[in-house]
Amino acid sequence: MTALQGNMQPTYELEFERPLIRLEKQIEELEASMRAGGVDIGPEIRRLRESHTAMLRKIYEGLGPWNTVKVARHPGRPQTGDYLRLMFKEFTELHGDRHYGDDPAMITGFGRLGSHKVMLIAHQKGKDTKQRIACNFGMAHPEGYRKALLKMKLAEKFNVPVVTLIDTPGAYPGIGAEERGQAEAIAVNLREMSRLRVPIVSVIIGEGGSGGALGIGVSDRTAMMQYAWYSVISPEACAAILWKTGAEAEKAAEALKITAADNLKSGTVDEVIEEPLGGAHRNPAVAADRLEKWITQTIRELKRFKIENLMEKRFEKLRGLGDVTEAAGSRQT
Amino acid sequence: MAESAHSSPPGNNEPRATAGGASADAESPSTLVTARTWGDVTEPKRVTVPAGLWTRCPSCEAMLYQKTVEQNLFVCPDCQFHFRISAGERARQLCDQDSFEPMWDKLAAVDMLGFTDVKPYKDRLVSEQKKTRRPDAVVAGSGYIKGRRIVLACLDGQFMMGSMGCVVGEVVTRAIELATKENLPLVVVSCSGGARMQEGALSLMQMAKTSAALARLDAAGGLFISLLTDPTTGGVTASFAMLGDVIFAEPGALIGFAGPRVIANTVRQELPEGFQRSEHLLKKGFVDRVVHRHELRSEISRIIDFAGK
Ligand SMILES: [Zn+2]
Repeated sequence: MTALQGNMQPTYELEFERPLIRLEKQIEELEASMRAGGVDIGPEIRRLRESHTAMLRKIYEGLGPWNTVKVARHPGRPQTGDYLRLMFKEFTELHGDRHYGDDPAMITGFGRLGSHKVMLIAHQKGKDTKQRIACNFGMAHPEGYRKALLKMKLAEKFNVPVVTLIDTPGAYPGIGAEERGQAEAIAVNLREMSRLRVPIVSVIIGEGGSGGALGIGVSDRTAMMQYAWYSVISPEACAAILWKTGAEAEKAAEALKITAADNLKSGTVDEVIEEPLGGAHRNPAVAADRLEKWITQTIRELKRFKIENLMEKRFEKLRGLGDVTEAAGSRQT
Repeated sequence: MAESAHSSPPGNNEPRATAGGASADAESPSTLVTARTWGDVTEPKRVTVPAGLWTRCPSCEAMLYQKTVEQNLFVCPDCQFHFRISAGERARQLCDQDSFEPMWDKLAAVDMLGFTDVKPYKDRLVSEQKKTRRPDAVVAGSGYIKGRRIVLACLDGQFMMGSMGCVVGEVVTRAIELATKENLPLVVVSCSGGARMQEGALSLMQMAKTSAALARLDAAGGLFISLLTDPTTGGVTASFAMLGDVIFAEPGALIGFAGPRVIANTVRQELPEGFQRSEHLLKKGFVDRVVHRHELRSEISRIIDFAGK
């Protein structure tokens, strides 16, 4: 019954999952009638479950970039709050940015993950409408990025590794955000994270939207959940600029190469964490388990390095990103 | 109006320049920002250096003699409107005569994603290269400002809106590294619509790369003067442009993280007057000085002297 477990929200249907959901309903009805009437329709149910699994595998194997974006935004997909509950033995949230105010779109605090003490820095999107509004849909303000940096410095002081979970459509484009220096806050984070004297591991768990994602994403090792997306701009915004209409988001999603596999290929992430069959929203517990294993194992590896060596490697990784040719003009002929 | 422009010789505009800078708070923003929207950033249709003998100032609408505007460093002699200029012109203006030596000018973009929107990126690159006669959106090298040797990088707003892809990221990084190695003051002139979408996530990484290089310049005690010009937005603002030890902005420049149209669509309200302009950022504490184009050379040299570089 794994397909029906978890906190999947039955009210939210991905279009390409409709045949699946129909099948799930059928199975449920048969089960109910079996319980009520006692007629043995077990083999029939088993057959339906098998075809459900086969359908699930087929859909998710051929998931295109745009449908990946939809899975990454599925309201039932585990978010920071879920991972906190499922992975962390202990968490002490620290709210203060010391300058302006608490940003609920960015969660920071000390936690215990496996045998490691860590500083968690994470976007929070919220599940229902009320939470989403409270968290500003995961779009942080400058105070969120500054809080993140302050807590990273705290972690540095006490030699605690930093774990960042990225899940944002982008940094908030608002009047207050601009006036309080959204760009400056992100820029400073990029510079300071590049030289933070503790290990940093980052995972894009859902949406990796642009500078808002990178603002807590400079790391020694970055992973992406299998159905997360990560790019320089959201497909909608890209379509609005280049195609002059947000309706071409699907084309933009394809052109931007935003999937985990694409990012692995370009070297913008180091590893991909496989999700349970049919996506993390079908089984948050398994997703959390795999995420936790990757993070704890990576921290263990990084802790073996002398910090100077680790920082050198971090710099070299950033320095090596980019593809240019030395022969201007000759390529295009 | 236009006639008076003839009589103002280049370099002899100090009083006017000061007036333009100082009165910025009071009334000039309304004239400076006339009818300029995000559209100016996304569609570089507005002619920066109009061809022909005469040109109309987009701010005060005065008909100006082209030569006069040129000699006035592409500043309207009537209203002090700062025309957008190319990176080559910028380097010429900032450096002592013939002292600028371009470097890394063979680097060109690679279409690693095979990106196509309404036009293939490959073709777009070729036409931009033909139009600007440079391989990408940056001009960098070493030069002298009033006898002080500097490393200079200027983004070129005429090449794909000065967007930062791997070439811009790499050239700016090399400039930072040269400044670090040779202990030279670094001046970066930003003019950009942000990260280049056509290079995907690798464009985004240029923000981290340049910022990491700046951390090393900073650790080495190097001086970085960041000059923000119209427009400076997106991933360029959210990386090296905002990391200057000293940050200057030209008057009336659009400076921000998100573009005004995106913000207006998000907050669904009219944006405040002069919002995201240099003068407003000065007021909010994100820019150190708004500097008239005529004053840039002397203001930059002064900072270099104060920093003892
Ligand atoms: Zn004018």
